[in-house]
Amino acid sequence: MFTGENIVQTVVGLLHSLYGMVGLSSFQGILDPIVAAVVMFHFIAVFVMFLVWMERKVSAHMQSRIGPNRVGVFGLLQTLADAIKLTIKEDVKPVKRDKIPYYIAPIIAFVATFMGMVVIPFDKGMVVQDLNIGLLYIIAITSFTVIAILTAGWSSNNKFALLGGFRSAAQIVSYEVPLVLSLVPIIMITGKLSLGAIVAYQQQQGYWFVIPQAIAFLIFITSATAEANRAPFDIPEAESELIGGFHTEYSGVKFAMFFLGEYIAVVVSSAVASTVFLGGWLPFPFMGFLHLPGFVWFMAKLLLVIYLIMAFRWTFPRLRVDQLMDFGWKVLIPISIINILVTGFWILLVAKGA
Amino acid sequence: MTDLLLSQIKVSGESQFGTDEYVVNLGPQHPATHGVLRLIVKLDGETVKETIPVLGYLHRSIEKICENRTYPQGITYTDRVDYVSAMSVNLAWALAAERLMGLEAPARANWLRMIFVELQRLASHLLWMGAFAGDIGALTPFLYGLRERERILDLFEMTCGQRLTYNYIRIGGVMIDILPEFVPKCRAFLDYFEPKIDEYEGLLTYNPIFLQRTKGVGVITPEMGINNGVCGPSLRGSGISCDVRKQQPYLYYDQVKFKECLETDGDCWSRYKVRMNELRESVSIIRQCLDRLEPGPIETKLPPVLKGPLGGEIYSRIESSRGEMGIYLVGDGTPKPYKSKFRCASFSNTYVLDQLTRGWKVADIMAVLGSLDMIVPEVDR
Repeated sequence: MFTGENIVQTVVGLLHSLYGMVGLSSFQGILDPIVAAVVMFHFIAVFVMFLVWMERKVSAHMQSRIGPNRVGVFGLLQTLADAIKLTIKEDVKPVKRDKIPYYIAPIIAFVATFMGMVVIPFDKGMVVQDLNIGLLYIIAITSFTVIAILTAGWSSNNKFALLGGFRSAAQIVSYEVPLVLSLVPIIMITGKLSLGAIVAYQQQQGYWFVIPQAIAFLIFITSATAEANRAPFDIPEAESELIGGFHTEYSGVKFAMFFLGEYIAVVVSSAVASTVFLGGWLPFPFMGFLHLPGFVWFMAKLLLVIYLIMAFRWTFPRLRVDQLMDFGWKVLIPISIINILVTGFWILLVAKGA
Repeated sequence: MTDLLLSQIKVSGESQFGTDEYVVNLGPQHPATHGVLRLIVKLDGETVKETIPVLGYLHRSIEKICENRTYPQGITYTDRVDYVSAMSVNLAWALAAERLMGLEAPARANWLRMIFVELQRLASHLLWMGAFAGDIGALTPFLYGLRERERILDLFEMTCGQRLTYNYIRIGGVMIDILPEFVPKCRAFLDYFEPKIDEYEGLLTYNPIFLQRTKGVGVITPEMGINNGVCGPSLRGSGISCDVRKQQPYLYYDQVKFKECLETDGDCWSRYKVRMNELRESVSIIRQCLDRLEPGPIETKLPPVLKGPLGGEIYSRIESSRGEMGIYLVGDGTPKPYKSKFRCASFSNTYVLDQLTRGWKVADIMAVLGSLDMIVPEVDR
């Protein structure tokens, strides 16, 4: 049958025979993850380019417009054109900048978010490394963006960029708490941090975690949009009316790194949401008879969640900074803590300490 | 007009928490469609201490120029005074000149004028809705508003050939009669448009984020409004009845049934609600006017040269989309006015901006500015 597992086995088999031909069979243990990581990197890089196009098309159709339709069929090559434009742009740098942090900040923003994709299972066994601390690893990695933002704001030698950076960092740090707290009930129920195991648990129990943990799903999606500095939480970015965000003094490829880093953060959060709450590579309910490979279902769910996050941006007005912080601390965190309490009681009383 | 340099602004010393104030320019170039309005904002961290509007970036000496143009030529300048709501200013000048010279436009012309001015009110409020929502952060209603506005502009283009600066309402009547297909197309548009108002309200009015950004923000109390010369929908949001169409009815507004839209709270949300309700009222007025339209002449018999009477002066006001638009004309027996003065709603409304934003956050400046519906060409003329 044409499943993800079969594909992975076939490809790995081919790869090992390739090692044998070149004489590197003994390095199999090291080369396998490296090759998987490189494949994942390329896939995500292309996927992000597709996402930029998708955002422009989705926003356009929501706004009674058409969106890019000149460059390539349906405008699909538009992102490539934009990427080329950004690479050939003049690299304008502030003279009194802090050179090394200024150079490193976009790299951190780009690389750190990519690292989160390492543990996402696209199908049973189709994952770079199914770490048994998978969720913890992702939560730790997403915190790296704060470092990147603060570094960028500081090294720009621009007090407005610094303030924008502070504001953005404060927002990300405050919304990480409900992000993590909304995942805790899942960890409590399954007892595992590995994403592959969580999907297997959902397969075994027959329904996705979004049904008992709908509140956690909503909190997770909201916090994920805030983490990525996307609307309606994009005051640090849209503040360019008065104060530029942390990426004011960046141009060309460096700016592209921040920009793509934001999209990859969206992809990582959506991938985690699809895996943990929406059943990952499991088929949609009542559609299992189609016998499609698991990664098709996963990509469908991923695109659904990403579309939702994109729709937020073009529907809702922006929250003011203090309202944003209020919402995170005074609304999301208490609700997620209550959710944990209720889940705990349910586990203790109903599931008899499962 | 003095150009204020940032270095000339005195910044007060340290506040109680040891933070310094700093002065920032919300420069003449804006991402929003407010035009070239410059605001010098004194900030203490995120809180606004003082807002100083610097006007004059769009001053074109229209009032002075009109002294060297004949009365009919002046109408082309009125289009540019408020280009978002050009029909209203055309009408203000035409009515002022007619009252000065003792002319009276025929009935059909007046009904046509009412139709076009109310259509213009729709177009202006749609653009305002888009700009206001865009300031708040919702970027999509701008495109929806413009989509409907395009259809209104199509109706205008069908009639007078222009989409922005019409020069249609003339002294003594209107420029040209409407085409036969105007009335069914207008009715079709109104039938299409009326449910859209509910759609846009559904998107914005009770949206929790929108409410958080606009409720309680920028409250104009009735006393503050009257003392500071606020007029139009901004004052009606505070509950004061100030619609010129009701108080001093011109054209046939006393023969047409419509409600004056009032709200009581005086915050940005109330002003938004007033304008959304005015959309509905305008639709109703246009329908009534279309029903009452009779065939007839569209321009009255005019003397070969229009001369303002020596010693005659008139202040004539109408309710434009933004509030009271008044034109003061002084005649001196020649075909050109001795003096013309435009009393524009946006200019009066600017004064209250400082009081409304003190103590609030930077993001609230944009909300308040948007809710006052300021059009800078009207401010600067």
